[in-house]
Amino acid sequence: MHVPPPMAYFLQQLVNGLVLGSIYGLIAIGYTMVYGIVGMINFAHGEIYMLGAFLALIAFVALSAIGLSSVPLTLVIVLVVAVTFTAAWGWTVERVAYRPLRNSPRLAPLISAIGVSIFLQNFVQLTQGARSKAIQPVLRGGVTLYGGGDGGFAVTISWLQIFIVVFTTVLMIGFTLLIARTSLGRAQRACSQDLKMASLLGIDVDKTISTTFVIGAALAAVAGMLVTLYYGVIDFFIGFLAGIKAFTAAVLGGIGSLPGAMLGGLLIGLIEAFWSGYAAAEYKDVAVYGILVLVLTVRPQGLLGRPMIEKV
Amino acid sequence: MKVSKWVAAVALAVGVAACGDKGGGEVTIGVATPITGQYAAFGEQFKRGAEMAIADLNASGGVLGKKLKLKIGDDSCDPKQAVAVANSMVSDKVPVVIGHYCSGSSIPASDVYAEGGVVQISPASTNPKLTEDPKKTTVFRVCGRDDQQGKVAAAFIGKQYAGKKLAIAHDKQAYSQGLAEETKKSLNAAGIQEVLFDTVTPGEKDYSAFVTKLKQAQVEVLYYGGYHTEAGLIVRQMREQGMNTVLIGGDAMATKEFWGITGAAGEGVLFTFGPDPTLDPKNAAIVKKFVDAGYQPEGYTLYTYAAVQAWAQAATKANGMDAKKVAEQLRAAPADTVMGSLGFDKKGDLTTPAYLVYTWTNGGWKPLPTQS
Repeated sequence: MHVPPPMAYFLQQLVNGLVLGSIYGLIAIGYTMVYGIVGMINFAHGEIYMLGAFLALIAFVALSAIGLSSVPLTLVIVLVVAVTFTAAWGWTVERVAYRPLRNSPRLAPLISAIGVSIFLQNFVQLTQGARSKAIQPVLRGGVTLYGGGDGGFAVTISWLQIFIVVFTTVLMIGFTLLIARTSLGRAQRACSQDLKMASLLGIDVDKTISTTFVIGAALAAVAGMLVTLYYGVIDFFIGFLAGIKAFTAAVLGGIGSLPGAMLGGLLIGLIEAFWSGYAAAEYKDVAVYGILVLVLTVRPQGLLGRPMIEKV
Repeated sequence: MKVSKWVAAVALAVGVAACGDKGGGEVTIGVATPITGQYAAFGEQFKRGAEMAIADLNASGGVLGKKLKLKIGDDSCDPKQAVAVANSMVSDKVPVVIGHYCSGSSIPASDVYAEGGVVQISPASTNPKLTEDPKKTTVFRVCGRDDQQGKVAAAFIGKQYAGKKLAIAHDKQAYSQGLAEETKKSLNAAGIQEVLFDTVTPGEKDYSAFVTKLKQAQVEVLYYGGYHTEAGLIVRQMREQGMNTVLIGGDAMATKEFWGITGAAGEGVLFTFGPDPTLDPKNAAIVKKFVDAGYQPEGYTLYTYAAVQAWAQAATKANGMDAKKVAEQLRAAPADTVMGSLGFDKKGDLTTPAYLVYTWTNGGWKPLPTQS
């Protein structure tokens, strides 16, 4: 099959954007879910993702130190370790820093979240050091979609990129089903509509909120592990940039809306890839936030968000 | 009234003690460098180099009969933090600051030092602007300048990769942009035109869009102005997309951390760096001392050591630590250091700078053999 070079180039940038967008989307879900239920922006969520990445890295290093060579087994163990410990962090943060402030003025938990974020960043910096940590590629190779040949443009997708997109898609489908079909999902939806009413009707609000934080942290841990696998280099500061991008994704998609978070994440990934691919890369972030402003002026509730209805 | 007189007397005594210049005792000198953040590896080079230099000077009686102490300021390679560090150095009345590492930090901090009467010697900031202001007479560096480094890189590219498709990129920071633009200038002057000039955002992890762009333009040689973290990621992502483009960078690639990021993918990556003093047989004893202390004196470690030596010798000759007089002495005669004999010109740059092209191989780097 012959594909003209411009088309092949477009496809390659599409792949780049989808992979990046999937990771943003996974983190964005944590922001949007917490906002949907307790109405606060969990600014420490980026740091939770960073913790996930570090836990995954530690697990990788430990496993290779004991000489485990099976790639699938390594991935499963690393995933379990990263998700378990990060989820525990997510639960603890909610218990320690947010729950005592639930009935305080809205600014209190927000400041508390910023505090947690700074705490976690410094904690990791002090315990793990300030230098970048790197691991060598675990999963190598990929498929070449078009050979390219004499000067043509070869579109290549690495196994890792396929793994990231497929794994994220499966997670998101599973997660959507969880919200739509299970009793936990029903409790979460009830809490997002009216916390007080939900508790009057016998829903354990504390438990539901805890679970929300745990799920958000688990998804962030998956994102952290994928980033560690994909780029192989992490440092204590990665949570900041990724957190800001994912938060933007959540707002772009409509904060509080789960499909919105996924869509927002993908859109930001794609805008970044295509803007750097076709226009001046130095204006990439200007483009992302410009589009955000544009969307919000036309649709203040975000792409898939519902308009705010004053609750009385 | 009595009380306030006492207070004044005590304050005066403390003040005199703090800036007392004569006799024994101690004097604190400053090192300003990123101890935290992604360039912390270079901060460690500075710190280790300065600590060793001070220990060696103190062992032979100190400077002007005073033992040296070190005050380390952490600028995280952030221009704002660098100015805060500079102010704290000036208010502590240190006679000299060895630093900073990043040009983006050194340049704004140099204003503070010049006004505060503090000699500044940067072991590593290569942006030409640092020494260009004729009013700042107390700023020096023991490394080369990007316009010299760029010329060497450009000549090498012109000779080795004539006719190949070339791209130039940088990460928008002062050091990186200066280096990339100087190299571009020299290349274009030699009639070599790049097919792509682009920038990346430092601190990110994903450069796949940028790499795909290089692939589209069929770039065979990439000149990259920037630091080792981003360069390492770019190399990794180029190899993952099946490209064997050669990356050529600047002096900031001279840290083992680069290989930690790239692994075997870093094989054959090139960069320009000054003559490596650790390879000089005369320095074998000093290198051994570092290695015995558990540290490989890579990159700018001995540059920092040399900067401390140069200042100490100038202060001895000036018989005082006044910034103006020390600066005069630094210019007057070359200092004898681990980097050889270092002379400074009117601007404060080295009179004999030289850059070589090094190649990464097998976890370390070595100069390319074909150079004079």
